[in-house]
Amino acid sequence: MKKTPQELLQIEYRPPRREWMDPHVDFEARRGTWSYPAAPKNLEYLGLPNPREWSPTDEDWKLPDDWKEIVHKGFLDLLDRFRSLKVFMDCCVRCGACSDKCHFFIGSGDPKNMPVLRAELLRSVYRKDFTTAGKILGSVAGGRELTLEVIKEWYYYFYQCTECRRCSVFCPYGIDTAEITMMARELLNLLGVNINWVVEPVANCHRTGNHLGIQPHTFKDNIEFLCEELEDVTGIHIEPPINKKGAEILFIVPSADYFADPGIYTFMGYLLLFEHLGLDYTLSAYASEGGNFGLFLSHDTIKRLNYKMYAEAKRLGVKWILGGECGHMWRVVHQYMDTLNGPAGFLEVPRSPITGTVFDNAASTKMVHICEFTADLIHHGKLKLDPSRNDGWKVTFHDSCNPARGMGLLEEPRYILRHVLNELYEMPENTIREQTFCCGGGAGLGNDENMEMRMRGGLPRANAVRHVHEKHGVNILSCICAIDRAVLPTLMEYWVPEVRVAGVHEMVGNALVMEGEKERTTNLRGEPLPGKEA
Amino acid sequence: MRAFQALVIVAVLSGAATLAAGVTAMRPVLGIVLPYLALAVFLAGMVARVVWWARSPVPFKITTVCGQQRSLPFLRRQPLESPFTGWQVVGRMALEILLFRSLFRNTRTELTPRKNLAYQPDKLLWAGALAFHWSFLVIILRHLRLFLEPVPRMVGILESVDGFFQLAVPTFLLTDAVIVAALLYLLARRLFNARVRYVSLAADYLALFLLLGIAGTGIAMRYFWKVDLVSVKELALGLVTLRPVLPEGVGAIFFVHLFLVSVLFAYFPFSKLVHMGGVFLSPTRNMANDNRARRHVNPWNHPVPVHTYEEWEEEFHDKLVACGLPLDKE
Ligand code: HEM
Ligand code: SF4
Ligand code: SF4
Repeated sequence: MKKTPQELLQIEYRPPRREWMDPHVDFEARRGTWSYPAAPKNLEYLGLPNPREWSPTDEDWKLPDDWKEIVHKGFLDLLDRFRSLKVFMDCCVRCGACSDKCHFFIGSGDPKNMPVLRAELLRSVYRKDFTTAGKILGSVAGGRELTLEVIKEWYYYFYQCTECRRCSVFCPYGIDTAEITMMARELLNLLGVNINWVVEPVANCHRTGNHLGIQPHTFKDNIEFLCEELEDVTGIHIEPPINKKGAEILFIVPSADYFADPGIYTFMGYLLLFEHLGLDYTLSAYASEGGNFGLFLSHDTIKRLNYKMYAEAKRLGVKWILGGECGHMWRVVHQYMDTLNGPAGFLEVPRSPITGTVFDNAASTKMVHICEFTADLIHHGKLKLDPSRNDGWKVTFHDSCNPARGMGLLEEPRYILRHVLNELYEMPENTIREQTFCCGGGAGLGNDENMEMRMRGGLPRANAVRHVHEKHGVNILSCICAIDRAVLPTLMEYWVPEVRVAGVHEMVGNALVMEGEKERTTNLRGEPLPGKEA
Repeated sequence: MRAFQALVIVAVLSGAATLAAGVTAMRPVLGIVLPYLALAVFLAGMVARVVWWARSPVPFKITTVCGQQRSLPFLRRQPLESPFTGWQVVGRMALEILLFRSLFRNTRTELTPRKNLAYQPDKLLWAGALAFHWSFLVIILRHLRLFLEPVPRMVGILESVDGFFQLAVPTFLLTDAVIVAALLYLLARRLFNARVRYVSLAADYLALFLLLGIAGTGIAMRYFWKVDLVSVKELALGLVTLRPVLPEGVGAIFFVHLFLVSVLFAYFPFSKLVHMGGVFLSPTRNMANDNRARRHVNPWNHPVPVHTYEEWEEEFHDKLVACGLPLDKE
């Protein structure tokens, strides 16, 4: 990042003189705020349209000759299939309640990052092509001709929305700009206008089972390596079952949890927990991804990727599925999976084998969030915990957008944290729970070439963290999302370098008192515990 | 500029109506033909719009959840922010429609001089919008006095509550003041809040100017240029009973009022005003957050290409063998 935080903070919220209907975007001047296009090999692998080499800075984007017709037909098709699109296109009154609710607007001041205008970029074309008033009156009625410049503008702004749905909370009609972004991305996909940071993980996941493209032998290696680390810290030897038929529970995590710092510590936390319980579970090298970048591409790719979860549960003959800490994964599991890939009649209504609790809130989907599972264990007193081992941490909790606004999982992680550590401080109320701010890197935007926009979009979150850091000395940001764990460390380094990032089950792992463990002198990261410094 | 376009349109419409009202031959057009036409366009247009919406399925249950889900019994749920049952959804929708719950959350984001972000509660938009809509509703209901004979008791009661402040003769009605104040606030907000002005279309001002025109002429008739209410009621009853009559001696201003109302009605189905119907159909608000408990069916859930376990095992066969993971097929 070339720009300093001070430079980035020169934000102008007053809109410019130029009318928004002018679609021009200067990609060259705005480097650092957009993502690179999809590599042709990934589109080819997935059988998606128009694979080719191109760059947004090119004059010619090499679209199909009949691109206009493709978009028009595609739009009609989406209107036919989604009532949400029709209602959201028609009902906005431009009251502006959503306008300053988007982290990208707050961090950039770019008026087209106001959710209402982001939606108008699509809506203006809808009016021109599909409404009586727009057809007759054109721009007076807010209609706008679909031109190549408009396609370029869509690429820029619909890949500058993290589909976090914060705007939707404030809209009097619940207009969800994330839904509109998803529709726009569907349309752009028809032309092969998409970003590599979305398409490559999707292609990887389709092939190997996970976004990172980790093949089964490496999957096993990684996990064995983490178990060795874990043994160093706790003295306990764990061999997690992989692809084990007949296990009671299939456990699926986002792939970053067994691949990258700091997710790996969360993964260690899961393993310790299951060992503590003697749980009959298995991991899968085939369903080795909880996340689903298909969500950021199209509804079809959601279904293609999520197919593996139920398929693998069936093949292995488990009773139900437990899911790890991941944000967008849970939007998909909670709101899409059962509809797209279900019904999962071959599974049983999840029941905790330890406490006997029946998770009837997951009676149909048959998948339980690890935080629901663990909170229930704690409530029943089934875990032996020593919260003081986390005393080095002053913690705040970041609600990830999707578990918060997609499922309402707000209290479970807090309940857990309050039992596994002693110092938990909440950020200001307009920045947490259903009003939580995005990390700035969701929906496929967490790549390096987009760094300036990430730092801008992450500003509201970072600013709230800074607040509790200064007020209470908070030094770690806890979260339940793999994308958070991947992008928040960079964000913190930039805005609040004193604060680090951890998953909730890392904290659980630290606090768990295991049978037969050696005296713990370090936390799961291998750093000395308070009072145990050599 | 866009505001000006809209102002010109409403001014031209009002001017034309004033002129036409002076021409005897035009009065049946203004008093009978256009109101019927407008009503027909309104009804047909709204039905067509709602049917058009309803023709598309709701493929996914994409509730925007604004509170704690129903999961474990010892965690406190928020059924009105995260409804789990049908009745809870009704409760959530009632709060939205009657009290504009979501708008009540509104905040104003500010970057302080010390470069901290602050989120100030900002309820003014909520208050203004609520004041406008409720007074509009009360005014419409009060108008039933003209269309019904005998006047229903409910309308009489409403009017006496509305006229609680008996400051002048004729009784000053609270909603008259409230609707004008609220509309002026909404207009001022559009004109002077830089961001709202930036996103506003001519159509957004048009709705406000039309409503101001309607309210203005209505109030003028009541308090200043009084019209003969007996004749107006005769006309109104004629319209309702499908035996239209055009009594003498109704002032020109009445025809301007009626004309603007006709324009509003005819314009309604083709404008953002359809939010009146759309708010009921919004899929992020009108469904329960019970996704994992009850399966939602998508009527077009077509098959997609997938990568099956068998294909996967075949592709990685050697590696699976080398690392000792079990195989389905030897
Ligand atoms: C169930 C019915 C309705 C609900 C829940 C509803 C709700 C809302 C809300 C929440 C707003 C946004 C706040 C604002 O911008 O003022 C709004 C705006 C508006 N509504 Fe409604 N409304 C309803 C019916 C109507 C009707 C029947 C009209 C008829 C004229 C109407 C006219 C307007 C106008 C003109 C605005 C825009 C105000 C502006 O420009 O700022 N609404 N409505
Ligand atoms: S809050 Fe809703 S109605 Fe208001 S401008 Fe935003 S999207 Fe439109
Ligand atoms: S979904 Fe999030 S990122 Fe997208 S417009 Fe709304 S607030 Fe902004």
